[in-house]
Amino acid sequence: MAAQHKILIVDDDADWLDVCREMLSHLPTKPEIRTAGAGARAISMLDSQPFRLLICDLKMPKMDGLQVLSIVKRRFPDLRTVVLTALEDEEFRSRAYSLGVDLFWLKPDMQQNTKMFLDCVESLLGSEKNSGFRGIQSKSLMDIIQLECMSRNSTMLRITRGPLVAKIWIQDGELLDAEVGNVRGEAAFHKILAWKSGTFENLPAEPLRERTIQRSINALLLETAQSIDETTEPAQTEFIERADHRKTVWRLALLAAEGAEFVITVPPEGQGKSEAWGTPNAEQFAIWTRRAGEAIKRLSDRIEAGPLAFIAGGSMERRLIMLIREQKTFLVAWPTEIAEGELLEKTKKLVASWDS
Amino acid sequence: MGSVTVNAQGEIVTTTVSSGYSRSLLTDIGREVLVIFREAKQAQLPLAEISINFASLRVTARELRGGAIIFLLPQSSLMPSLKK
Repeated sequence: MAAQHKILIVDDDADWLDVCREMLSHLPTKPEIRTAGAGARAISMLDSQPFRLLICDLKMPKMDGLQVLSIVKRRFPDLRTVVLTALEDEEFRSRAYSLGVDLFWLKPDMQQNTKMFLDCVESLLGSEKNSGFRGIQSKSLMDIIQLECMSRNSTMLRITRGPLVAKIWIQDGELLDAEVGNVRGEAAFHKILAWKSGTFENLPAEPLRERTIQRSINALLLETAQSIDETTEPAQTEFIERADHRKTVWRLALLAAEGAEFVITVPPEGQGKSEAWGTPNAEQFAIWTRRAGEAIKRLSDRIEAGPLAFIAGGSMERRLIMLIREQKTFLVAWPTEIAEGELLEKTKKLVASWDS
Repeated sequence: MGSVTVNAQGEIVTTTVSSGYSRSLLTDIGREVLVIFREAKQAQLPLAEISINFASLRVTARELRGGAIIFLLPQSSLMPSLKK
């Protein structure tokens, strides 16, 4: 017989805790529900007994939810975590996901879709322990720093790679300082960004930290990206026909005008080469596009739910729309700032213009 | 319609889908979804969520520690996702 799981809910609103306790009592596996009215109390309870899942509010006095999650990530890496908040701000969502939370729900959504929320919680309770890093392992450090800066955050990133520890200070979306070993400033920043793996955590900002980095984040990231490209990829020269060159320039301009991040086109197997605009990862993305298309085709044959309209995908970094046409499949990536409701129409418009 | 959760091995952990969908079919759906997520991760294009829109059905899946929770919804349904 499976052991009864324990869920800890932390929220400074006592009435809300009662609502959650009542709702979670309907979970099929009947876990034990415990509550805490403050972050410090929650950490103390996590220290004293084993919990399977933590459901955490964000806006709490003294120790807010992000601080709780930061501690949990470090000290209880196997604990499943769910953020349940009324704060409808994309910045908090991205910060929570960067701390490795499993799920992020808004309180109004949870109340309107209780069954779906309970399904998600039940799944987390039943999911097997997974080894490896949590949360953002698949992001590059460059992506993480860009995310923090684009969100106009203030934080100190502590990055660990084995015995090496580095720090990057960010204030209101601007880089203040970086440090690794005895190296500081831009030199340290470049050194840190050359790391290909590691873990990171968000610590409280230090606004009084001396500013040693004067250049903008975009300038530094571009310089770093270029130096990485130059050291890892051989230079190539190409002879491009005038017409092809004009088409390339036109398509890149279309990409920029529409605000898309990149476009990949993949013809049917054996009918030509894949092409990419706006990304150096053409081959990898094209392979995925083809394989995802094959998986979806198998799914389509199996479930017989009518013709495929489109595929949408998302992560903290970007949104994707895949349109499968007769001549080729288009994979279009969009920044997360673009409203989800607009993505399909913008993609259709871009695809329609692509070969015109 | 409902949801099905699969673990990293593609085994069904929980399901709320009616008996109109056989276990074999749900397992096949779970397998294809995991293929899409894993291939995306290998391609350095990791996805947290994917939505496959057919004419009469939407299959929305969220990656969950190597497994996935998959929602099967008629096309007219609304559900929360990565929204602002």
